Order: sequence, then C-alpha cells, then structure tokens
Amino acid sequence: MNIHEYQAKELLAAQGIPVPMGEVATTPEQAEEIARRLGGPVMVKAQVHAGGRGKAGGVKFCKTPEDAREKARAILGMDIKGLTVEKVLVAPAADIATEAYVGIIVDRASKMPVFMVSSEGGIDIEEVAATNPEAIFKLPVDPRYGLLPHQAYLMATRLYQDPRQQRAAAKILQQLYAAFIDAGASLAEINPLISTPDGEVLAIDAKFNIDDNELFRKPEIEALRDESSEAPAEVQAREAGLTFIKLDGDVGCVVNGAGLAMATMDLVKYYGGEPANFLDIGGSSNPEKVVNALKIITSDSAVKAILFNIFGGITRTDDVANGIVTATKMIDINVPIVIRLTGTNEEIAVKILADAGFSAMTDMDEAVQRAVALAKGEAQ
Amino acid sequence: MSIFIDKDTRLVVQGITGRDGSFHAKQMIEYGTQVVAGVTPGKGGQTFEGSVPIFNTVAEAVQEAGANTSVIYVPPAFAADAMFEAADAGIEFIVCITEGVPVLDMTRVRPYVQEKGARLLGPNCPGLLSAGKSKVGIIPGHITQPGPVGLVSKSGTLTYEVVYKLKAAGIGTTTCVGIGGDPINGTSFIDCLAAFEADPETKAIVMLGEIGGTDEQEAAAYVRENVTKPVVGFIAGQTAPPGRRMGHAGAIISGSAGTAEEKITAFRENGIGVAQRPVDVVDLIREAL
Repeated sequence: MNIHEYQAKELLAAQGIPVPMGEVATTPEQAEEIARRLGGPVMVKAQVHAGGRGKAGGVKFCKTPEDAREKARAILGMDIKGLTVEKVLVAPAADIATEAYVGIIVDRASKMPVFMVSSEGGIDIEEVAATNPEAIFKLPVDPRYGLLPHQAYLMATRLYQDPRQQRAAAKILQQLYAAFIDAGASLAEINPLISTPDGEVLAIDAKFNIDDNELFRKPEIEALRDESSEAPAEVQAREAGLTFIKLDGDVGCVVNGAGLAMATMDLVKYYGGEPANFLDIGGSSNPEKVVNALKIITSDSAVKAILFNIFGGITRTDDVANGIVTATKMIDINVPIVIRLTGTNEEIAVKILADAGFSAMTDMDEAVQRAVALAKGEAQ
Repeated sequence: MSIFIDKDTRLVVQGITGRDGSFHAKQMIEYGTQVVAGVTPGKGGQTFEGSVPIFNTVAEAVQEAGANTSVIYVPPAFAADAMFEAADAGIEFIVCITEGVPVLDMTRVRPYVQEKGARLLGPNCPGLLSAGKSKVGIIPGHITQPGPVGLVSKSGTLTYEVVYKLKAAGIGTTTCVGIGGDPINGTSFIDCLAAFEADPETKAIVMLGEIGGTDEQEAAAYVRENVTKPVVGFIAGQTAPPGRRMGHAGAIISGSAGTAEEKITAFRENGIGVAQRPVDVVDLIREAL
C-alpha cells in the first residue's frame, strides 16, 4: 500500500524527526489560507501515489499566499502518470544548504533491511546510483537487534562533517528505522534530508511503501489508505480478496496464481489478442470470489470475451465451477465465457459445469486461442 | 533419487485440522507421503482420519512420532511462530505454504531457521513433489510421473501447467519444487539448482521465473559456473505493465528494474534455453534429453 507524502511525514514526526509539516488543501482558497497562517514562502506539492511529481510540475515554490492559491489552482486536478491530483500539501519552504538521501528497504538480495545513505541527495539520486555508486553507502540491519547506535553514527559521518549535524543525523536514522518497523513498511525514505544555513537537519520529503501483509495487524496504518487515489475496480477487487489490475485490452482474464495469470496474459498477446486485466483469484478460493471476479470484469465495457484459466492445487476447481454457475445466475453476462479447468477436483467441476450447460476445456493454449478469436468476433 | 524429500520423509502437518490443512493432509496420504503426525494446539490426543495422531506441539510430534519434515498451513498471523516452533523442535526441513506472511517477520525467521541448521521452503509456495515417492504441500499428485527432469519455480500454478504438459508428452520429473515469489524466502533457485546438479537421476532442469527482483539473473550466472546439466527457462510477465513506482530505493539497491526482458537476456547469455510459451518447455526439454 502506498501512502501520501503528508502521511509519511506524520509518521516521521511521530517519532520525533524534525519535519516542517504544513497542511493539506483540497481547494486553492484553502491553500492560500494555510500559506497565510504559515507566513513566509511555501511549497505547494501534489499528493498522488506516483514518483516524479516535481518533474511533472506538481511541486512549486510560492512567495506569497496569493501565489500559493494560483499554483494550487494549477496543480489541483492535474494528471500525473494517470492519477488526478485531489490534494496538495502546503509546507513551509526551507532554506537549503545541502541535500542528502537516507532510505531503508527490505532487500531481496541480502534478505535483510538495508539502509542506503548518500550526501548527494535530491531528485537525481537514481542517477547518482547509476553513475557514481560509491557515493551511496549501504548498511544491512539485523532486525533481531535493530539499528545499533554505532551503525547510525557511522552512516551519519558519511553524510555530515559537523559533529552537531552528525549527532542530529544519527538520531534521525534511529527514528527513521523505528518508523519503518512500526509502520510495517517495505520501504521508507527521506529525500531530501536537508541542512539549513543555520546548521539544522530537517526532513523535507518522505515516502513509505507499506507491506500489504502487515495491514491485518496495523489498523492505524490501514486507516491511512486513500481510496480516492485508487481505481474503483481495484478497490472493489481488494475488498473481495482479489488482486486486480486494469489493462487496455478486450479479453477479460480470471486466473488462479500470479505466475499463471501473467503467463496467461502473455499467451493472449502471443495469439494476437490484448488482455483486459490481470486478475488473480488466489488460493483457497470460495465460490463468492469467483462471483466478485465476474462482477468486476463485466463492469468493464471493453471486455468482449472472458477467459477462465484455473489450475487447481489449493484452489478447488469445483469451487470455481460453483462460482461460475452462481455468478451467471446473478449477473447478466453478455459476452462469451471460455473455461479452462484442470487439477484438484476437476471431475466434480466438469460435472457441475456440464449440468449448468457449460463446457470446460483442459488445454491452456486452445482456451486462450478460442477466447482471443471470440473477442475479435472471429468465432462463435 | 530426488531432492529434499523421498520415501523416508516423515511428515508432520502444522494446522492439520484447518480447512486447507485437512484437505491436503488427505491428498498427501493418498499420494503415499508418510504423514506421521498433525499439530493443532488444544487438540492433542485426537487422531486425524482415524490414524494420524494429533499433538499440541511440534516438539511432541518429533519425540513421539519421529517427524523430520513439517508442512505449515496456518493463517499468516501465526505462520512465523509455526516456523520458529518447527526449527526449535529439531525439524530438518520446513515447508511453509501460508500466503501473506509479513516480510519483516521473514527477516527474523530466515536467520533463526538457518542457525538451527534446518532448511526452509517458502513461505507462500506450493511445496514440492518427488514423483512416485512423496509430496509435501499442495501440488496435485496426478499431474506428473517419475522421470528425468528437475523443476524449480517461483509460481505454483505455472509449475502445474508445465509439468502437466511434460507428462502429456511422456516426460516425467524427479522433483518439482515451488520456492514461492515472496521477497524473502528460505530456499532459492540456486539452492535447487545445486541439489539437482548433485542428483544423479536428474538429467535436465526447468527453471520458471517471473518479473521482479534479480533472483533469475543470479541463478543464470550460477548455471554458467556450476551446472553441467542442460537448463531450460521461462519468464512470466512479458506483457505486464510497469507499475507506478514509488521511491528510489528499489532501483538503487538492485540496479535493475527486474523486467522480463532483462531476465530472458540473462538466461540466453548464460546458456539457458528460453521457452516463449509454457508449452515450448516441452520441445526444449526433449532436445536437451
């Protein structure tokens, strides 16, 4: 799950990290009022779940409250990577002397949380990583002991020369680690971590990615979810326990397992079709999941054929068959359905489908080819 | 021969009375796996299907029933402790089927299990099957037969698809291993490649990967240096759209976007035959044999 910058900053501030907070506005007038209250120049920043906001024109410096109002007017409603900006953060503009990068991620390679810090922070940090990797210092953390004080201090000495700033940065790194663990994050970063001309160290921008698997035990983090920033079908799918991603094609796909779902999409394309979605019904599927999957897919008017590709392991194919029969009674489906079922309880599944007037195929390639032909109107 | 499990595997099922645990315990018994015990706290003293003793703890299952391997079907909230418990009880091989285990839990479980000298497979994996000998997990038994191919995969259902197509072509397997696709898991592609290389009955290896991370690239480099047997690969997700990535840390740490294209190139450059469709694995394997 992604959270907004202002929410990430609240998590940092809760640990005691110095963050010039500001407030969120949804209208230009609110932005003006907040800027007036803050006094002095402000930054107006688009709050969307996408990187590269600055480069897209979604982050602006404003000298006056009136300026903040006009910049907010331009940014609100702006489209950034397919997402509409509904909110802006109005935050005090800080005087920047230096920009550093500090981040922590669960690293697949070392199988541990790994800190990365660089004194060359800012929006070009990825370029620094590519062209000058020595400028980035990495430190794995054993989560059984946490970030040790001397480790935090070692990283701080890579960022600053001044002892006062080193102490401040070491403390911020400890607090960032605590925020990362408390939130159940898979990534937490501050970029930039700035120093001011007076020598203060401040977090100016922050990003967190939350591990979805943590949400069951972190209701306070789940509460940060902003459904208005997600596609409605994706919200509906998540509530039904499905993984769904909308695509641009016309062959609706219902598959169990992410790997097979991706391979099915690849095969639709291989045979000249275009998948309308990625949809994984997961394991342990009950009939209700299938009903919900069909509801979501049929609400997309671009879909011209629906393809079920189910290979039962922990998923029982008879559950899927029952779901298909129930769903077709409940909802009006006006497009052809191609069903491919193999694996656990397939004899029962084939019988359930046959009794309801459906035929099931067993070969994946044949089923995909048929669905592609039906979507194109080349088959009956 | 086979890898990791065989006829001598003595299995304890953690969560044997749950919906998934009980269903798949029956399926494993039917396949011929020696299921010697089940564990459900509070149900110790009962029996499963009239023959398998149920214990409150894994430690009792080891002491009383001689279990040496465990399979875990408990909900995500309890999965980490189930893995710790199996390691503490002296289980040598722990297979965690549970999907949705928090990754920070796995950063603690993995080193703990390693220090106890146990091997962990998963979590979020389908388990493994040594054809004609034993199966641990959820891979349907009837879709493969004994033969010369070793298979390792990140994805459960894609594994089924490929072994099913191999069987239709008359080609069987030694062991099929699903390692799971979670960011941190117990057994890697490389662990399985090493085991297949050492197994005299395995004559060729299939490796099924998917987009994300760099495991496949590292495995491909390993194949070049250490594997003498022919390896055939497939990567799922060639048409997956790039996500709306947040933050820079992912790209900084791996120096890779983990695209299908990158992985396919790594396979080709290291002498691994690449199947364009799952069914193409069959022809490539036939040539390799």
